[in-house]
Amino acid sequence: MSDKVLLKVEHLKQYFKLDRKSKVKAVDDVSFEIYEGETFGLVGESGSGKTTIGRSIIRLYEITGGNVEFEGKQASGKLKKEERASIARNMQMIFQDPMACLNPRMNIRDIVAEGIDIHKLAKTKEERDEMVYSILAKVGLAREHAGRYPHEFSGGQRQRIGIARALITNPKLVICDEPISALDVSIQSQVVNLLKKLQKELGLTYLFIAHDLSMVRYISDRIAVMHKGKIVELADAEELYNNPLHPYTRSLMSAIPTPDPKSEKQRARFAYDPTQHDYTTDEPKMREIRPKHFIYCNEKEFKAYQAELVA
Amino acid sequence: MKEKVLSVKNLTVSFKTHGGMVQAVRDVSFDLYQGETLAIVGESGSGKSVTSKSIMGLLSPNAVIEKGEILYNDVDLLKLNENDFAKYRGADIAMVFQDPMTSLNPVMTIGNQISESLINNLNYTKEQAKARSLELIDLVGIDSPEKRYNQYPHQFSGGMRQRIVIAIALSCNPKILICDEPTTALDVTTQAQILELIKDLQQHFGVSVIFITHDLGVVANMSDRVGVMYAGKIVEIGTVEDVYYDPRHPYTWGLLASIPAFQAKGVELYAIPGAPPQMINPPKGDAFSLRSDWSMKVDFVHQPPMFKISNTHSAATWLLHPNAPKVERPVQLQDRIDALMRMHEGGKSE
Repeated sequence: MSDKVLLKVEHLKQYFKLDRKSKVKAVDDVSFEIYEGETFGLVGESGSGKTTIGRSIIRLYEITGGNVEFEGKQASGKLKKEERASIARNMQMIFQDPMACLNPRMNIRDIVAEGIDIHKLAKTKEERDEMVYSILAKVGLAREHAGRYPHEFSGGQRQRIGIARALITNPKLVICDEPISALDVSIQSQVVNLLKKLQKELGLTYLFIAHDLSMVRYISDRIAVMHKGKIVELADAEELYNNPLHPYTRSLMSAIPTPDPKSEKQRARFAYDPTQHDYTTDEPKMREIRPKHFIYCNEKEFKAYQAELVA
Repeated sequence: MKEKVLSVKNLTVSFKTHGGMVQAVRDVSFDLYQGETLAIVGESGSGKSVTSKSIMGLLSPNAVIEKGEILYNDVDLLKLNENDFAKYRGADIAMVFQDPMTSLNPVMTIGNQISESLINNLNYTKEQAKARSLELIDLVGIDSPEKRYNQYPHQFSGGMRQRIVIAIALSCNPKILICDEPTTALDVTTQAQILELIKDLQQHFGVSVIFITHDLGVVANMSDRVGVMYAGKIVEIGTVEDVYYDPRHPYTWGLLASIPAFQAKGVELYAIPGAPPQMINPPKGDAFSLRSDWSMKVDFVHQPPMFKISNTHSAATWLLHPNAPKVERPVQLQDRIDALMRMHEGGKSE
């Protein structure tokens, strides 16, 4: 992990119109940076806007407001054709449901090679095949698999195909949108280990979106917690787990089940009540409470959190 | 010893498909005791849902029950015809399904859906049923029951819907409640609330619960005993303490070791290699032997019987045979168990 910023998101807003009058603020004024080579975890409940952030960054949606910079260059709004192509090549995505994201009527060779075809990365058919075989080997599949169709594979293998397809263009940033949620427990750890291995080998940067907090803690260097379209807390993984400050983060932490019956049975869980914040006079914003530990709060809460950290 | 409420003996269920007979459940036996929670864990396709559907008499038409019996009050549920079964279903044995949106009727008010089972099963009058429904809505933690009574499922959130499903399941004071992945579709915080609710209501109604899940964290929280299923068989069964602090079957080791809780960052997660077997032609011998790092020759030839470890704990693996070599659990798992034991002996909670 270096200090070089790969992706910079500033005041990102993504609103969806419901009808003429009302709109949903799926992502509301969110800012963060992702450093080169790190894994940035994004957690939150369904509807918190974590998936929307990923999709907005990779330009699947036209963003309502704010700014995205990738490798120091503008990556949102109107761009030239070459700029768009460069972003498409360097930013890839892995989806949650590996069955739904693979075209059932294309064989694996063509699915994986789509990136090659679009960006014209191979000159000859042989070169194209070689690229496909080498990436398949990297994700733990054999070259015989190239001629088969998605339905012939198990869930874990399909997710490997999804990973191969994302990596074929040699991207710098991979957005992993709940890549293991749809998989069985014994397969999840295979895929997580694979993602870690590939990160080391290829120097990838991950934006890892998930709701499974124990897995996110294991895989991420830094974690942002989202609630209702806002990041409420952002810190290094261990710092966040050792010193969660925002009441929502605490409530999330208290809800993670652990494989330890004795402490599970006497564990206290608490619910988060958003009405506990009084933001009528004092405006909340992201404040840095410790180096690299940010929290969404107003001045009064900030003082209270600081007091808690000292205690 | 507590009183047995349900006894499943040698249950074997297969499904007719174009490819052949899929052997979904193979020789499963367990007892359910009064007031306890028995968790059944396993991956998709391990046969856990088929087992629960057999108890509820909800198997699809292509299912064939090859042998076995399910004894409830000395009645073998598998021998009942549909009319007789209907007397038990809902009234004595009730079920909570995974997805509360598909298990509720979208064009019927919540109130009518709860009352329906009271009127059909317990012959309540409409007024009695309404009064009891309002009580139940209140009991599962939903505010203003009067207003909610006349609302439709789409006006409720996912967690609220699951509460309603639980209210319906408990409406007729069943003896056995089967929860089939009741929180899989829910967020973690909502999941925690629903689990609390199920535990509270279990105390309140004194019902025995069969809890089916793939989440070992949830099992640790919810259950008294746990059965681990793999390839249609129960491979290990015991109290939660037995199974979490002293697991014996390699598959249980793999499952527990692949959870990243308390896992140090640098250490690779333990991953069970390969994928679950096809159940049209289940492997000979121990079905897990192909994926296990601890397989012996005998595993590929003979199915291991259930070895008894203690009065509460048994596991089906040849490693427990007196002549088997002594083996070590995966490091990741052994380290965690040691750390947990030290923590609990020190008398400290987390």
